[in-house]
Amino acid sequence: MRDVAVVSFAQLPNVRSEDKRNEVEMLMPVISEAIEGSGIPRKEIGFTVSGSCDYLVGAPFSFVTGLDAVGAWPPIQESHVEMDGAWALYEAWVRLQHGDLDSALVYSFGKSSLGPLRDIMVLQLDPYCVAPLWPDSISVAALQARAWLESGHEESEMAEVAARSRRDAKANPMAQLSEERDPATLLEEPYLVSPLRRHDCPPLSDGAAAMILAAGDLAREVCERPAWISGLDHRIEAHGLGVRDLTTSPSTALAGRHAGGTDVEVAELHAPFTHQEPILREALELGPQVTVNPSGGALAANAMMVAGLTRIGEAARRIIDGSATRSLGHATSGPCLQQNLVCVMEAR
Amino acid sequence: MSDTDTVEPVRSIRAPARLEYRFTAGAAQSRFLRHLVEGKILAQRCPQCGKVYVSPRGACAADGVATREEVEVADRGTVTTFCVVNVKFAQQVLTIPYVSATILLDGADIGLMHLIQEVEADQVHMGMRVEAVWSPPEERGPTLESIRYFRPTGEPDAAYESYREYV
Repeated sequence: MRDVAVVSFAQLPNVRSEDKRNEVEMLMPVISEAIEGSGIPRKEIGFTVSGSCDYLVGAPFSFVTGLDAVGAWPPIQESHVEMDGAWALYEAWVRLQHGDLDSALVYSFGKSSLGPLRDIMVLQLDPYCVAPLWPDSISVAALQARAWLESGHEESEMAEVAARSRRDAKANPMAQLSEERDPATLLEEPYLVSPLRRHDCPPLSDGAAAMILAAGDLAREVCERPAWISGLDHRIEAHGLGVRDLTTSPSTALAGRHAGGTDVEVAELHAPFTHQEPILREALELGPQVTVNPSGGALAANAMMVAGLTRIGEAARRIIDGSATRSLGHATSGPCLQQNLVCVMEAR
Repeated sequence: MSDTDTVEPVRSIRAPARLEYRFTAGAAQSRFLRHLVEGKILAQRCPQCGKVYVSPRGACAADGVATREEVEVADRGTVTTFCVVNVKFAQQVLTIPYVSATILLDGADIGLMHLIQEVEADQVHMGMRVEAVWSPPEERGPTLESIRYFRPTGEPDAAYESYREYV
């Protein structure tokens, strides 16, 4: 495998509604910040790939307009995934393995404010037997939470995750939702969709993020302490919710094993709902010594298609700034942790 | 033979879906649309390549940089290409045949799509000089419909060399 590293990462502050700027106007500053942070001239970046979702915008090929923020002239090598930007990162990493290019720009954007997100997410479900019933995204997550609780857990564990995430988010200027709350008082709140309370759910966020990858000598040249990707893998489970054990995440476990996700100091887990964090921790066998989601995670900022790439960016940032030597970023896609990606990074 | 072999196949189901969205015009396009109410066409110039974009989107698609400098372009220009619409479709408001054209407004570096009227469809041609016919001020809104259509000015045709880059 060719050595590839994250050398730069930038994100917009997550907000409830980015109603003044269109997607291009949101992307331009964040892409420029990532490129300038890498020190690689814009026109020398070998590959560009983005992650976004037309269903969020309600317009076909909306990702094409995002290209206005890149500067695609003379024509560039470009690709797109209709997924979280973490999978765009995967494509960029594979592309750099070919050996003929040395750098890549990965970016993603998502505005949850444009439409009824809880209903939009229904369209990812089985279109014949599930989607016509319109089970919204929080109800689907609640099915998983109920199954998980019945397998021997307590709602207090979920409240602990919520309280810790929002408290940690106070140190993250990009977070949208941060507060100091006692887990016990959180449990006094009413249910939103039982067994989920409001604090168990992520905020609705608009945001964008961009990352620069560089290979080998170029990474060493442009970055003092590159976050070298030592392992990257993603796995998917069956689409039907009824055929999966929702209380565990075998796809995360498998991706974690293939990516070599052991001995990490920091893990950024993409768990939009509180009960999903312990499921992911168990799948990745993260012990109590691992700092989980110091950014506040998706419970503090959950721009769709961006939150997964941001987990990897946050984990990379801790290598680049010297506060960790080995970190893990995780991203999820689909209902109830259907598909999972694990990226392990280290200083060398 | 089991039941699974003899069952009548279901060939379709109905699954109605309705999702309502908001659209974010953004800063550049909002200013462009607001200026149409004033009878002005606002464009933006790229600080790197100098090209003038209308309608502006806040970015130069070639250079990927913000286009903050605003310039007004003329409400007249040159037809660079066009098509004659001869097919009927739902929600059609114009009688066929009619002409949709790309018009390079004087001062702009990108064509603007609009209708050509007050001329027989078979008379429209590349290089034809046209001007905007605006709605009366009280009927204008932040929409391109504030320009009802373009019509020939009667000027001599523009030389091909003057717009060949934009065809």
